[in-house]
Amino acid sequence: MNVSSLNTAKSKAPLLEINNLCVDYVSPHGIARAVNNVSLTIAPGETLGIAGESGCGKSTLAFAITRLHKAPALISNGEIIYNGRDILKMTDKELRAFRWNDVSIVFQSAMNSLNPVITIGEQLTDVIAAHKQISPKEAVAKAKELLEVVGLHGDRLKSFPHQLSGGMRQRVVIAIALALEPKLIIMDEPTTALDVVVEREILNELYDLKEQFGFSILFISHDLSLMGEIADRIGVMYAGNLIEIGDAKTVFTNPSHPYTKGLIASFPSIHGPKERLYGIPGDPVNLLKLPTGCNFQARCVDCMEICTKDDPILAELSVGYQAACHKL
Amino acid sequence: MDNLNTPEVVLSVRNMIKDFPIGQSSSKNSLMRAVNDVSFDLCKGEALAIVGESGSGKSTGARVLSRIYEKDGGDIIFKGQPLAEYVDEHGSLEYARQVQMIFQDPFGSLNPVHSIYHHIARPLIIHKRGDKKVIEKLVYELLELVGLFPAVETASKFPHELSGGQRQRVAIARALAVDPEVILADEPISMLDVSVRLGILNLMADLKDKHGISFMYITHDIATARYFAEKTAVMYVGHMVEWGNSDKVTQTPQHPYTQLLLSAVPEAGKSGRRELGAKKGEIPMWKPDTKGCPFAARCPRAIEACADTFPSITEIAADHFIRCHNI
Ligand SMILES: Nc1ncnc2c1ncn2[C@@H]1O[C@H](COP(=O)(O)OP(=O)(O)OP(=O)(O)O)[C@@H](O)[C@H]1O
Ligand SMILES: Nc1ncnc2c1ncn2[C@@H]1O[C@H](COP(=O)(O)OP(=O)(O)OP(=O)(O)O)[C@@H](O)[C@H]1O
Ligand code: SF4
Ligand SMILES: [Mg+2]
Ligand SMILES: [Mg+2]
Repeated sequence: MNVSSLNTAKSKAPLLEINNLCVDYVSPHGIARAVNNVSLTIAPGETLGIAGESGCGKSTLAFAITRLHKAPALISNGEIIYNGRDILKMTDKELRAFRWNDVSIVFQSAMNSLNPVITIGEQLTDVIAAHKQISPKEAVAKAKELLEVVGLHGDRLKSFPHQLSGGMRQRVVIAIALALEPKLIIMDEPTTALDVVVEREILNELYDLKEQFGFSILFISHDLSLMGEIADRIGVMYAGNLIEIGDAKTVFTNPSHPYTKGLIASFPSIHGPKERLYGIPGDPVNLLKLPTGCNFQARCVDCMEICTKDDPILAELSVGYQAACHKL
Repeated sequence: MDNLNTPEVVLSVRNMIKDFPIGQSSSKNSLMRAVNDVSFDLCKGEALAIVGESGSGKSTGARVLSRIYEKDGGDIIFKGQPLAEYVDEHGSLEYARQVQMIFQDPFGSLNPVHSIYHHIARPLIIHKRGDKKVIEKLVYELLELVGLFPAVETASKFPHELSGGQRQRVAIARALAVDPEVILADEPISMLDVSVRLGILNLMADLKDKHGISFMYITHDIATARYFAEKTAVMYVGHMVEWGNSDKVTQTPQHPYTQLLLSAVPEAGKSGRRELGAKKGEIPMWKPDTKGCPFAARCPRAIEACADTFPSITEIAADHFIRCHNI
């Protein structure tokens, strides 16, 4: 085991520490717990990836961290400690300051969040000018620079959102997030709409900016190969639970949980033999009708009797590596 | 993509062009050419994957084919008849039924004030697929087909109550509702997680192989393009730069842009910066009078002709074409 790597990320006090977080959606159909008892930490400068089934609660977690969740979502338990302060206990004023100074978010549907009647340039300079004491001219120069960082031509400042492709709009949103120079960036599927070359350019840019500014990233994505590349650690969620978390390399090359194994085996290969793949059998679980015992039991190839009775708990398999499965 | 023993061509596109005004001006010299000289044949029961740069005109091409936009040049022939002939009320409704589109963005394509049931039932009612009972049964069958269980409960929900992936499944069910011949799928699985993706891809593969539906499959995921589609076309700045048999295009790419694209594909375990084998040059905005090769500014292989002459098409192997001066 590499001692120096243990000393860097793990010995620092975490930038963000989530303890036993629960988020519920209350609806006429019942209460759906989209985030169930999730605990995790993000160290300064660390990139934590969150992967998992569509609907497993990743975006809900991202919203909750910044308290941007809206009814019927309700944080029913837990704490979210940022730099020693519980975000859930902040006053409105503290919360505004936190959102403004410390954290930036690129939401999943962010490319639709741009104001359709205002040019890209104005939207960027507005954010920059509101945040920094600089002249309008400097703000425009900075906006141009940021567009170039995300691979868009400076002339695009004059464009309106509908004149850009989905991927181009997404890059504008990433540029706006970077404009605030945050300490934590939450990115919910930030590059899903982009082609791989632009994705690679943005990743290279992120690596550089991270080195320069040292921010942490919570990176939510379906793309496990991408995650295996960018994340220091990966957490995998299933039906609201964190079911495996550890260093990216081990999660990717030697996963412990049957769900993670299935996920990793569901990638069509770009070069290897062409064969029909089956992904993970069965269907996503309904959060309103969770079974007794392990949520993954109906789809699990290793299901045992105990799995239908008791909830598996997240247990430490080795230092800093946890998984929740009765088989382990 | 001419072939000696070609299967039945359903949709044939020749030299398609689509221009947009730049900014708010409408003068002729401030047009950008979002799609230029695009030609391909979509055969019955076959899939053509369109991969390539973000902003390269993939969605625009699909939107022209689904008649959201009017083309500015070229020919589109559907089942032997030019698109222009599908005009009167019956003709355009028939084309709209037979050529369905699934959009890139599941958030924007569903109406927040209508239930999921309404979304699937509406096309069934418009295309007169049966009485209330029949339609109800079809709605639930379609929801189950795309993996939305339990169907009755899902049907009563509204779009905002579903996750992104669940919404995209609704969009697919809605397209399938009217028995289309062609599905133009604009990144239909990019928001689904990996396990569900395969389910949808396999579902589309069954619709293609067993029901003869033809697909245009727009994606950024080249591995799924190869997995699902017989043919792949690579686009850059509005142009098809390489196309043909999917294995040939992805395993032995010949165009410098395709080579760049494949070198950028993420691979777990290869972390850190990965320099790209291309100049950081500008991605040009193509105008009707722009000259040369669209990739020239970034191309590591560029020669003199690339700057001022539009490269012509070369068939470098059977069912494998590129547009490049320096082969
Ligand atoms: N407003 C809402 N009302 C009721 N249930 C909701 C609401 N929003 C989300 N949910 C449910 O909460 C669960 C988690 O949703 P969330 O959007 O966090 O998933 P996700 O992991 O981000 O999925 P995806 O990968 O598809 O984006 C889903 O099962 C969804 O159906
Ligand atoms: N309605 C419009 N008005 C003006 N320009 C447009 C319009 N729609 C698209 N464009 C331009 O056409 C080009 C192609 O856009 P398109 O959306 O087709 O790209 P794409 O290949 O689908 O990209 P992505 O992979 O990001 O979805 C872009 O330069 C875009 O700015
Ligand atoms: S035509 Fe020239 S610039 Fe274009 S891809 Fe070929 S070598 Fe490169
Ligand atoms: Mg989400
Ligand atoms: Mg598009």
